Amino acid sequence: MNTSLLKKSLLAALLAGTFLTARAELKVGDTLPDLASFKLEGKLPDSLKGKIVVVDFWASWCLPCAESFPVLDELQKKYGDKLVVIGVNVDEKASNMDKFLKKHAVSFTLVRDSGQKLVAAVSPETMPTSFILDGEGKVRFLHSGFHGEKTHKEYASEIESLLK
Amino acid sequence: MKIKSLFLLASAVLLIGTGCANVKPWQREHLADYTMQADRDPLGTAQKEHIWFSREEASGGRGVGGGGCGCN
Repeated sequence: MNTSLLKKSLLAALLAGTFLTARAELKVGDTLPDLASFKLEGKLPDSLKGKIVVVDFWASWCLPCAESFPVLDELQKKYGDKLVVIGVNVDEKASNMDKFLKKHAVSFTLVRDSGQKLVAAVSPETMPTSFILDGEGKVRFLHSGFHGEKTHKEYASEIESLLK
Repeated sequence: MKIKSLFLLASAVLLIGTGCANVKPWQREHLADYTMQADRDPLGTAQKEHIWFSREEASGGRGVGGGGCGCN
């Protein structure tokens, strides 16, 4: 057996594997895809134009998501009409989401990405992931995970900076 | 020779391409389940560790990947 040929073959296969599994993640500066085109369950706000939007991807099995909910709710209440918080649930079963929401009731907009199409298009690197968008729908800030008070303070200062 | 190398390459691609499941962060629901935790019974784990240590004069090395929600 030609060992160099075997090594080349394995290297080529590894490279192909890496290429095939590479994901296009939504980054700061990108524009969030049109939410209305993803057939999300739940009602989206009529217009997001000119508003600061926080899009938060969450799941019922994710503990930091539960931790982030009161913070997002507080921000929604604090900034009122100037801010729209949209929680996008990615659970496979709606019943898991409902059970979670009974424990963690919130006042902000909630939709469910039942087909996991939107989340696949955005490809967040962890749960939860939130994107803060400016009035033009462009991603200005991105949060991977929720780290308690640290993330809370960052949310507040980033939203303030966009409101100026 | 050429056919043999092509066959080898195709086999390697098939093996690597299909051998690993790429679980996306939003698909970890079942991995996040309590039953997927390797050490969900701390007392049982401690007993196994004790037996392992006293019979084999070895300990540790029990860490395995798999469970957990991979959050944050």
